[in-house]
Amino acid sequence: MVKTKDYENARKYAGNSGKRITSMKKTILSLAVAAAALSLGTMSAEAKVKACWIYVGPIGDFGYSYQHHQGLLEVQKELGDQVETAYLESVPEGADAERAIERFARSGCNIIFTTSFGFMDATNKVAGKFPEVKFEHATGYKREHPNVATYNSKFHEGRYVQGVIAAKMSKTGVAGYIASFPIPEVVLGINAFMLGAQTVNPDFKVKVVWANTWFDAGKEADAAKALIDQGVDIITQHTDSTAPMQVATERGIKAFGQATDMIKFGPQTQLTAIVDDWGPYYVKRVKAVIDGTWEQHDVWDGMKEGNVVMAPYTNMPDDVKKLAEETEAKIKSGEFNPYTGPITKQDGTEWLKPGEVADNGTLLGLNFYVKGVDDKLPQ
Amino acid sequence: MGMLEAVLMTIATAATPLLIAAVGELVSERAGVLNLGVEGMMVMGAVTGFGVALTTGSPWLGIFAAIAVGALFSLLFAFLTLTLVTNQVATGLALTLLGLGLSGMLGESFVGLPGVKLTNIDIPFLSDIPLIGRLIFGQDPVFYLSILLTAGVAWFLFRSRVGLTLRSVGDNHGSAHALGINVILIRYLAVMFGGACAGLAGAYLSLVYTPQWVENMTAGRGWIALALVVFASWRPWRVLAGAYLFGAVTIGQLHAQALGIGVPSQLLSSLPYLATVVVLVLISRNRRMTMVNTPASLGRPFVPDR
Amino acid sequence: MRIELVKRPQQSALYSALSPFIALALTLIAGAIMFSLLGKNPLDALYYYFVDPLREMWSLHELAIKAAPLILIAVGLSICFLSNNWNIGAEGQFIIGAITGSILPVMYPDLQSWIILPLMLIMGVIGGAAYGFIPALLKTRFNTNEILTSLMLVYVAQLFLDWLVRGPWRNPQGMNFPETRNFHQYAILPEIWPSMGRANWGFVFALVAALVAWFMLSRMLKGFEVKVLGQSPRAGRFGGFSASRMVIFAFLVSGGLAGLAGISEVSGAIGQLRPTISPGYGFAAIIVAFLGRLNPLGIIAAGLVLALSYLGGEAAQISIGVSDKVVRAFQGMLLFFVLGCDTLIHYRVRFVGSTAHKAEVSHGNA
Repeated sequence: MVKTKDYENARKYAGNSGKRITSMKKTILSLAVAAAALSLGTMSAEAKVKACWIYVGPIGDFGYSYQHHQGLLEVQKELGDQVETAYLESVPEGADAERAIERFARSGCNIIFTTSFGFMDATNKVAGKFPEVKFEHATGYKREHPNVATYNSKFHEGRYVQGVIAAKMSKTGVAGYIASFPIPEVVLGINAFMLGAQTVNPDFKVKVVWANTWFDAGKEADAAKALIDQGVDIITQHTDSTAPMQVATERGIKAFGQATDMIKFGPQTQLTAIVDDWGPYYVKRVKAVIDGTWEQHDVWDGMKEGNVVMAPYTNMPDDVKKLAEETEAKIKSGEFNPYTGPITKQDGTEWLKPGEVADNGTLLGLNFYVKGVDDKLPQ
Repeated sequence: MGMLEAVLMTIATAATPLLIAAVGELVSERAGVLNLGVEGMMVMGAVTGFGVALTTGSPWLGIFAAIAVGALFSLLFAFLTLTLVTNQVATGLALTLLGLGLSGMLGESFVGLPGVKLTNIDIPFLSDIPLIGRLIFGQDPVFYLSILLTAGVAWFLFRSRVGLTLRSVGDNHGSAHALGINVILIRYLAVMFGGACAGLAGAYLSLVYTPQWVENMTAGRGWIALALVVFASWRPWRVLAGAYLFGAVTIGQLHAQALGIGVPSQLLSSLPYLATVVVLVLISRNRRMTMVNTPASLGRPFVPDR
Repeated sequence: MRIELVKRPQQSALYSALSPFIALALTLIAGAIMFSLLGKNPLDALYYYFVDPLREMWSLHELAIKAAPLILIAVGLSICFLSNNWNIGAEGQFIIGAITGSILPVMYPDLQSWIILPLMLIMGVIGGAAYGFIPALLKTRFNTNEILTSLMLVYVAQLFLDWLVRGPWRNPQGMNFPETRNFHQYAILPEIWPSMGRANWGFVFALVAALVAWFMLSRMLKGFEVKVLGQSPRAGRFGGFSASRMVIFAFLVSGGLAGLAGISEVSGAIGQLRPTISPGYGFAAIIVAFLGRLNPLGIIAAGLVLALSYLGGEAAQISIGVSDKVVRAFQGMLLFFVLGCDTLIHYRVRFVGSTAHKAEVSHGNA
């Protein structure tokens, strides 16, 4: 307990030092930082680690922020007394993010998860000021300080499986894709879906509608209806609400869930869903802080690590289910990467030679479609 | 169901909540009260409708509850702006803020639950008429209500005595008061009618459009309703035209995309707002038309002199 | 029984001073009730809400950052509202100011010199003023309702910014994410006192604008003109003031200040353009203008109070787990009470029974 108290005092000095003259402040600050680092490094199990989360949306969105919050709850469950948690929801990207992160850093958080791309610069700025606090930024690429790690999930692995199922299940040979914004992650998903579908039906088509929102139930429902009216009989989405699932149910076609298991919204409709399970990662990283083994890294985990989970395969014949399970197993074991050549770009030029696997750098900045996508990528 | 018919059905669904909320606001503005809290009242209606329908299992009870809550919530605005003569613009904004916060609190336990959907009416045989059958005879009940509402308000405002009184209050509250009209009472009722309509529009979102509850699910539709009232130069049937035009542009843009026609979606999305400005300019250039249509006392506070 | 208002012959000095405190007391009581209903200790909640953010220097700097755009915009709006011009499109003018101000660092990133920042600020002011000029022109030329045109133009500005950062202005090195390149060092608005916190010169602009506006309104002929035309356009005309010139003036000033707030926010606190750069400052500033009773000095206080409610909301969320929704509902209540209590300044409130009312009516007009 003494250790914790030392740490508290050190933090207090660090906080008050702003009132003193600069040179003196610097000495005290560095002392405080050293003391804090020391007490952190040797922190024993009796000291609680404080883990904090910043969400861009409300936890009631039943989508992206909701899933991150489920991860927080899992940390609480798994680590129990060893950890104290806090979160801030609906933090706007911009000037407010930096303040929110700094407030967390000052309120004694030992590790802070900033869960939206737009928090990237703010995270790195604050991290420079608080070297003793660990920062984890989701979906970004900047790690300007040794205490900043980045993490992301390979959701497109699940999209590939969905593509396989869609091509098997579709009678019209056309699937509808409700997309949010033309950023690499979304393009990555559309291509993976297409590639999966082409393994079953080389002529399969994907129609894409950009909703220009992550979350607007009404607009997503409208997009789903527009796609269905144009003859698609499978809907998949890279937006967060359950509205497309409900529309698909009404119109009697099949759909895939997004971010969470949406089976309650379409018991006869959902084929499967890609579930963002951040829990295992969060537990691992918070535990690393407790054990004093936390290190900077850049991870892009997928099915193998348990970040991307497929909801149960439902509403499909056994042979489709079997094929889906086989595909999932192949990706999960690491033996197969969906982005393995031969792959042709939409304009007909060759991208990957047979057997060639795309490197992560290209994938993370992907800005073109593969052959077969029935859309022009907004530039 | 044919393609065109299906598209028209979709447009109708997109337009209905806008129409209902806008017609309600129109009545309030015709009485001279500008209530910028439409978004807040709407989202309160959405959460109430969803919650009541879920607990009782009856979507109709949900709808009635949403109407009641919308009216009650607007009463708060009415008390401040009419009795305490606070500024309408600022009070309306505060109402929206309160509504968004309060609905989020009330709805916390509803997140992630599938709702109860209000089922469509399906008149046998008639709904099988090609093209227009489903459109006219196979919609959800609130759709019919929204058309009746528009017709009712149009008749009330321009054909009934009380409607005339209401408009006179909005045009010149001073002389209306001098004529012995209870300006404040009329305005209270008009604001509450607007609140009730906004509540109904919100319930339409959470019970018909997308039967679920999520925070901020109105997503700016209250503000669009406000724009529509002006676009329509305070005329009920023009509100209907505006709402359907707006719905058509939104849906048309999605269809254009699905067809693979690339137009910057932001440009299309901004068209309704630019069109509203243009319409405003056109109607206000003509002084006579302005005099006829714009409630001259809109937004002005009124305190009876004695 | 009903409530009746009787206009005071002149503003009540007593209630002018008292009303903010009455409002605060009512808010505290209502807030305490709300927090107890939610199962939180009300004293703790109110402490985190109103006191905690003021305890540390860095947090005071954050308060200044949050308050600066609110004050800048609200000062401009006060001139508009006093002259009876209803500009509620400051959010759009803020955005356009941010865009025009960003032209240099985004399109010509190789121009690097100390002159860039002043040019950016000037271009931001011009952009905001020009965007504010549109509803003013439509009002003077075509008699178009400025409340509605200025509101519509907000959406157009938002969509224009969205299109820019996703299309032509997207950062070529930004992996296709919707944001512009980061501003270079000469395009960043410096911090006032970097060792203490990150407040930038935007706050100084806000204070200067408020002082200048206060001086103009209370000591200069122009201020008199603003108020006369606001209260009675007829009287203003007799006094030789032009109502339509005032419309243009009010919108140019408020648009320009909103534009300055926009470019200050972007170059000071964000460092690049993104699809959304304002969490609704233009609308919140309307509330600030009224909280400050359209008095520039009052607006400084009001801006700080509203900023405090944002910061306090965060502190309460972190420390005792009060959710974000409660914070918003609480802000709404605060505004209602403040607006309601200000009625006391201009009116006496009387509770009358229906019989008394009738008696009064028969006495006729006084």
